[in-house]
Amino acid sequence: MNNLSAFDIIGPVMIGPSSSHTAGACRIGNLAKEIVDNKLKDVKIYFHGSFKETYRGHGTDKAIIGGLLGLKTDDSRIKNSFKLAEKEGFSFEFFPVDLDDVHPNTMKLEITDQEDIKTPIVASSIGGGNIIVTELNGTEVKLKGEYYTLITFHNDQPGLIAKISEILQIYNLNIAEMEVLRKEKGRQATAIINLDQKVEKNILQLLRDIPGIQSLKLVKPLV
Amino acid sequence: MEDFDKIEELIEIAEKNNISLAQVVINREIDLTEKSEEEVRDKMRYSLQVMRESIEKGLNEDVKSMSGLTGGDAKKVEKARKEGKSLTGDLFSRILANTLAVSELNAAMGKIVACPTAGSCGILPGSLITIAAENDFSDEEIIDALFVASGIGVVIAKQASVSGAAGGCQAECGSASSMTAAAITYLMGGSNEEVAAAAAIALKNLLGLVCDPVAGLVEVPCIKRNAAGSSNAVTAAEMALAGVKSVIPADEVIVAMKKVGDALPDSLKETSLAGLAATPTACKIKEDLLQNSL
Repeated sequence: MNNLSAFDIIGPVMIGPSSSHTAGACRIGNLAKEIVDNKLKDVKIYFHGSFKETYRGHGTDKAIIGGLLGLKTDDSRIKNSFKLAEKEGFSFEFFPVDLDDVHPNTMKLEITDQEDIKTPIVASSIGGGNIIVTELNGTEVKLKGEYYTLITFHNDQPGLIAKISEILQIYNLNIAEMEVLRKEKGRQATAIINLDQKVEKNILQLLRDIPGIQSLKLVKPLV
Repeated sequence: MEDFDKIEELIEIAEKNNISLAQVVINREIDLTEKSEEEVRDKMRYSLQVMRESIEKGLNEDVKSMSGLTGGDAKKVEKARKEGKSLTGDLFSRILANTLAVSELNAAMGKIVACPTAGSCGILPGSLITIAAENDFSDEEIIDALFVASGIGVVIAKQASVSGAAGGCQAECGSASSMTAAAITYLMGGSNEEVAAAAAIALKNLLGLVCDPVAGLVEVPCIKRNAAGSSNAVTAAEMALAGVKSVIPADEVIVAMKKVGDALPDSLKETSLAGLAATPTACKIKEDLLQNSL
């Protein structure tokens, strides 16, 4: 807590009433929108724990929809996000759920974009508006929206990670944190690579061209 | 970077360099963020603007929370004041009305500045801005006072917590009240020791306050506890400015607050399992809200 800013104490400027249940929900929406990176068509939202019990009173439902529409945590339009979604032809539905051993402020999103590509996401609001995406496309991840993050889905094969880091090194991009996850040896794996710098489009293309990379996304940090 | 972990250190840095408490906090922020003093002050100026807007909206618009439990109390206090029915005087009634206005707006999904949290967001603007307006202070002077409030909050967050889930309401409304008492005392020309005494007295008075929100919402009793936090901040500042000292130094009060928070059972730390949240009326409210939502 030594890098605590004066504006962590007086701030953030936000739409009330709760940093965890309102601002945090909005930021989960912002990050999910970044991850999907396409116009949204439909979303099914499953509220767990404290979200399930208090979502209406905290405006968690309005905040997550506002966040998915790209509204920031201090945008007064959050209160009217349902109407905004309607205007954009974006449908949504809420359900209660009991997920297993997860943070009390957790929600599961089933997002369908305009090309009918589905993206399931599980995310938690962990206090003070900070959030973490813990599951993406069925794979366990840890995404907080603090960095420029590369997310790969690739074949679990030797040398692939080395090739990624080689390209990053050539362009002087520093890896702040990195995690490689897989469900089963030799099958599909996921790498979450947090970078200190932005990655330009041409570099992204070079990374996508590495043999064995099935898909690769760049997620911008949340503001 | 000249950082401080205690209020004592904050004062030491100010006296060693012959600068104000506000300047110590501003300098720390400049070093931390690598921004200019102007940029740092501008950011606080924006917070001040949002605080003022939140008072205006809360007082003048039709404010009703999502649950329907709260809203409209600021208007009642303001109306009584305007009709000359204030029990304790015009200024104090305005402080209460403005504090309630911001807290009610928060519950109604309005735009506020968390200070230190959304649940305690009414205390600092409701008290400080009202007193500053009464005494014709400039925005730059109010911004300085806000940095002092922030500096006290930084110390509390480092040594204890400003989260109700971690420390109970004493950590939210207690911290906000302590920050506010310090800011008012600073604004009114109090010495560094008087600022520290105000912070200490305010926090001492709310020690042990539990976080027991009805139906888990930031409404009951949070909104009225903001009003209590403001009245406590003004009480502490009034005493400190008169030269009343705190027998227990501010830094020791903060550590005591942390220990009291640790000793509180989880049922009284934002879980809504005890206290007011477990009363028959609260249980009925929760049941009704659940039936209407899912």
